[in-house]
Amino acid sequence: MQKTHLELTQVGISFPTEKGPFVALQNVNLHIKKGEFVSLIGHSGCGKSTVLNIVAGLHQATAGGVILNHKEVTEPGPERAVVFQNHSLLPWLTVYQNVELAVKQQSDGKKTKAEIRDWVEHNLELVHMSHALDKRPNEISGGMKQRVGIARALAMQPEVLLMDEPFGALDALTRAHLQDSLMEIQAQLNTTVMMITHDVDEAVLLSDRIVMMTNGPAATIGEILTVDLPRPRHRLQLADDPSYNHYRHQVLSFLYEKQRKVEDLGSKRAEKQQSKTQASA
Amino acid sequence: MNILKHPALSQWQNQFSSTLFWRKQLKQSLLTLSGLLVFVLCWQLASSQIQTSLGQFPGPAQAAAQWSQLVDEYQAEKQREGAFYLRQQERHAAALAEDPTAELTSLPYRARPTFFSQILTSLQTVLTGFVLASLIAIPLGILIGLSSNLYQVFNPLIQLFKPISPLAWLPLVTLIVSSVDLSSAWGSRSFVVSVCTVMLCSLWPTLLNTAVGVSQVPQDLLNVSKVLRLSWWRHLRIIVLPSAVPMIFTGLRLSLGIAWMVLIAAEMLAQNPGLGKFVWDEFQNGSSDSLSRICVAVLVIGLLGFALDRLMLMLQRKVNWDKTAVSR
Repeated sequence: MQKTHLELTQVGISFPTEKGPFVALQNVNLHIKKGEFVSLIGHSGCGKSTVLNIVAGLHQATAGGVILNHKEVTEPGPERAVVFQNHSLLPWLTVYQNVELAVKQQSDGKKTKAEIRDWVEHNLELVHMSHALDKRPNEISGGMKQRVGIARALAMQPEVLLMDEPFGALDALTRAHLQDSLMEIQAQLNTTVMMITHDVDEAVLLSDRIVMMTNGPAATIGEILTVDLPRPRHRLQLADDPSYNHYRHQVLSFLYEKQRKVEDLGSKRAEKQQSKTQASA
Repeated sequence: MNILKHPALSQWQNQFSSTLFWRKQLKQSLLTLSGLLVFVLCWQLASSQIQTSLGQFPGPAQAAAQWSQLVDEYQAEKQREGAFYLRQQERHAAALAEDPTAELTSLPYRARPTFFSQILTSLQTVLTGFVLASLIAIPLGILIGLSSNLYQVFNPLIQLFKPISPLAWLPLVTLIVSSVDLSSAWGSRSFVVSVCTVMLCSLWPTLLNTAVGVSQVPQDLLNVSKVLRLSWWRHLRIIVLPSAVPMIFTGLRLSLGIAWMVLIAAEMLAQNPGLGKFVWDEFQNGSSDSLSRICVAVLVIGLLGFALDRLMLMLQRKVNWDKTAVSR
């Protein structure tokens, strides 16, 4: 693979509160190569989405910065397309119009009408949604909506595809289906992907590297696991693969031994109890 | 594709051919009818108990009689108008026969206001006021909704002006209108006063609802707009407006309801020749028929208000992208 494409250096973000600044994220350093598939995994509230939003340009880092192709990221842009968690299609536009909006916006008047039409249809074909061009989002299933969301992002020909728990709201079967589609598409287009997930299997199956985040506040990168499994990957074959299971085990042990969230809650409860007894005494 | 097999059409056919559909329709109309029946009965019973200075309070039968009386008066007026123009035509024809170069003077018929022409005046007045109010309220509401600072500036003002009664505005409006020299294009003074009062009172629900609708666009869609880098105008047209349309229409329907209520009061005091003036004149007139006539007018006012709301609802159904959202 080529040299660094997307570079996060000492990225941190803090929010001003009444009690002084609250540091949500700090010292995030990550170098991603062109065509690499990177997942971010961690417990809820650890700032995964914040990292993604900073790369997308929707949030501004208060420390450090993001560089894409030697240019600093300061605002959102079509070269960093986002697939949102809950599809975020415009409910008043049809499937076709939703993708068309992105294509028109990105082509900036350079494409002819026929070219736009071809490109929209091509991308919907890619996610197997050609049969529902004129349907409104509320007329199709959740999995289909997410497919259209992916098609909309791909249609912008992004250099980096940012996915915020894209399959989190879907049932297991649909999710597996879409994961396979995503692997297929990524192999075809060689797009750089940064994906947030809660799902250990999904992370191991899809990623070249898994970035494991520590719990907040002041969350940062805990460990980075390189998944060295040959592609194309098949979920059935991998299910019995010892190295696949080894990778899974490593992620699980990070999440449930090194960064136990449950313990945190337990200790908080104990603290509360203590303060209560102190107050009554 | 065979048009007879179109899914929408077959659904429509199914709907009308199923007995379940007709049973539901029958049940609905029976319930509506029974409500009306109860009302008429109560009216009849109550009216026989009430004695006023103008005689007994009219029941449904007297009101119905006055209704046909009003229709007769309207027809008689129409006939007089027809006769007037016929006479004029004959006069012109005779003049031309005598001298082909004769200069003809055509006079318009000065119709006496009938109940139905008064209804028309009322509708014209209320729609003018309502459209003017909407033309101000929707754009302003969008601006206020887009900026939380503007919202902070305008919200106290809206809250201050919203509860003001039309009767409080009327003297001010009357004085201002009579101080301004109006050209005849604006219509009569009483019309302008009524329109302005209706406008001032029906502005607020649309303004407030538009602002709230615009400010409540889901964050996800705002993010989409940012990622796509939509220009301000496209952002407004593609994301904000469709998202706010349901709230805007809620505001418009509230406004139209208020406009209609305000109109009657405004017409009474401004003497605009509409339904309000009709009620007021009958009240001042104090003949034995007056109470029945007022009853008719009250019912017609209610029916027209209902019809206006239905019209708005139909428009909303047409414009709104979410066809399931609008039901009643």
